[in-house]
Amino acid sequence: MMQPSRTLFDKVWQSHEVSAGTADVPAVLYIDLHLIHEVTSPQAFQVLRERGLTVRRADRTLATMDHSTPTRSAQVFGGAPIALDSAARQVAQLEHNCAEFGVELLAMHHAQRGIVHVIGPELGLSQPGQTIVCGDSHTSTHGAVGALAFGIGTTEVGHVFATQCLLQKKPKALAINVSGRRTEGVTAKDLILAIIGQVGVDGGTGHVIEYRGAAIEALSMDERMTVCNMSIEAGARAGLIAPDEVTFEYLAGRPRAPHGDAWQRALEGWRSLPSDAGARFDREVSVDAAAVEPMITYGTNPGMVIPIGASIPERRGDAAFARALSYMGLTAGQPIKDQKVNVVFLGSCTNARLSDLRDAARVLRGRHIAHGLTMLVVPGSQEVKRQAETEGLDRVFLDAGAEWRESGCSMCLGMNGDTVPRGAYSVSTSNRNFEGRQGAGARTLLASPLTAAACAVTGRVTDPREFL
Amino acid sequence: MQPFTRLTSRTVAMPAANIDTDQIIPARFLTTTTRQGLGQQLFADWRYDAAGLPRADFVLNRKESAGAQILVAGRNFGCGSSREHAPWALSDYGFRAIISTEIADIFTSNALKNGLLPVVVPEAVSAWLLAHPGIEVRLDIAARTLTLPDGTDVPFPLEAFAQHCLLEGVDELGFLLARRAEIEAFERRQQ
Repeated sequence: MMQPSRTLFDKVWQSHEVSAGTADVPAVLYIDLHLIHEVTSPQAFQVLRERGLTVRRADRTLATMDHSTPTRSAQVFGGAPIALDSAARQVAQLEHNCAEFGVELLAMHHAQRGIVHVIGPELGLSQPGQTIVCGDSHTSTHGAVGALAFGIGTTEVGHVFATQCLLQKKPKALAINVSGRRTEGVTAKDLILAIIGQVGVDGGTGHVIEYRGAAIEALSMDERMTVCNMSIEAGARAGLIAPDEVTFEYLAGRPRAPHGDAWQRALEGWRSLPSDAGARFDREVSVDAAAVEPMITYGTNPGMVIPIGASIPERRGDAAFARALSYMGLTAGQPIKDQKVNVVFLGSCTNARLSDLRDAARVLRGRHIAHGLTMLVVPGSQEVKRQAETEGLDRVFLDAGAEWRESGCSMCLGMNGDTVPRGAYSVSTSNRNFEGRQGAGARTLLASPLTAAACAVTGRVTDPREFL
Repeated sequence: MQPFTRLTSRTVAMPAANIDTDQIIPARFLTTTTRQGLGQQLFADWRYDAAGLPRADFVLNRKESAGAQILVAGRNFGCGSSREHAPWALSDYGFRAIISTEIADIFTSNALKNGLLPVVVPEAVSAWLLAHPGIEVRLDIAARTLTLPDGTDVPFPLEAFAQHCLLEGVDELGFLLARRAEIEAFERRQQ
């Protein structure tokens, strides 16, 4: 009998059903890879202790520390203590928990440490067809390799610890078909910001997104990760992209990817994953990549986004919109271009991979950041940092007057003390411009690494194409 | 978890759409390693000024909000980060239900695991509740209904399994642990 046409999402979901869902009980879904970090795991380890349970598959679990860790070398590598006591306690707690329950930890000094969503693919741990979870909403990043990857809460972290499974109702499938060719100066970040602007911050709620089409196939792996990363910013449970030769070439030879015969066998399975011709999605959306311009946000959610040459829209009678603009200190009808900028943050699980640093360096090489502006460059992982230093990118940033830090989440959410001052304007390559996200009273404008670097040079919101 | 069958309470209204988990509990409070005590920091940046003093104009700081256990909020409540600290903070403060036209996926999942009931209602019902803050309403989990002051019953969606867990006060972990044989069989097939 012929199998009905299935989507990539259907295939990954069905192959991980320990038991299918019914009207009374959700599906029991098996988890291939469980990534954990210091912020959302302590209370889950505590539940194991209280109930006398163990981590069922420590071999499918990997811990790192990224959210509350310092980025100043002296605090990472000794000498100076971690500035925040509570952060230091959380880091120590993770070390203790991993030792007690036998979970591998890429600790503070480890050469492979980094932001959890950067190191998963980088190590070749995140693979096509897997189910991947982490107590972090940006777990959707790993969907770039063709995995079903989604964020979970701490109670569910405990469920995966104890059973390697989750109870899940199957989300709906949303296809985002991206056609056309991007123009010069338009990055994957601009593409996903434009998509979120089009579908809205709740446009993907209840759905898993599959990004498809010529413009998606043309993306590098780093770029695919940027796109999938922000799926949650459209409200989606996950975002994924069919694995292809770009994926396989990226994974080949990575330390924790399969090798030898195992690689050949894996490859055979991975090639059968892409959605079948004729597979049905619950919803479809079309986007023309050729029409996308460098994008920048002006409000307090990622859907409040415009092309960099545009003016802030007017929405009379919309109290929430007015409140957002008041928080941002911006006015409806004002061109966003030339808005004063105080801080530039190049980092986060969205845009701190090597290609992102190269993009920014392309603009900053031989230039200096504006007088009075602060720029933080925080690589996504220690490996990215080493590669960047091998290429001399660190010198480009330092010569331009930027700070070159150790890896971590840093100023994306300011948990480690790297914050934007109250009232200051930050152009950030991260994923959220929520009120207070980068520090109490901070005003965040999300943009690509190219745009962020251009803004750093002029101290104003600047179209990166002026520098290319 | 305590069994949760019904609740009668006054409401607090926060009409803003897209109230994200960074507003519910700002990231700087996430360095805690326990679940308790987060109610103090609930909506911290809206509730307190830069000096740490309560803002008189914020709804939770008004006298009439004291003791209300139901929060009525604008569309897409709980979007953003997966932090379970958000429902922990809401529960610790004293809320037991959130009513909105749309509630974010991960927040919904986290809330249910902590006995915090997500109640999704039609636009007209939400608009009426937002326009009548402080009104007393009734939630019945067995019937899956919200009862308005005029006696109208508004049905709300709730998965059968989540309903069962709330009514019986059981958690999902026990259910998953009982599936051990199936999980082991799956692992053998996967090898």
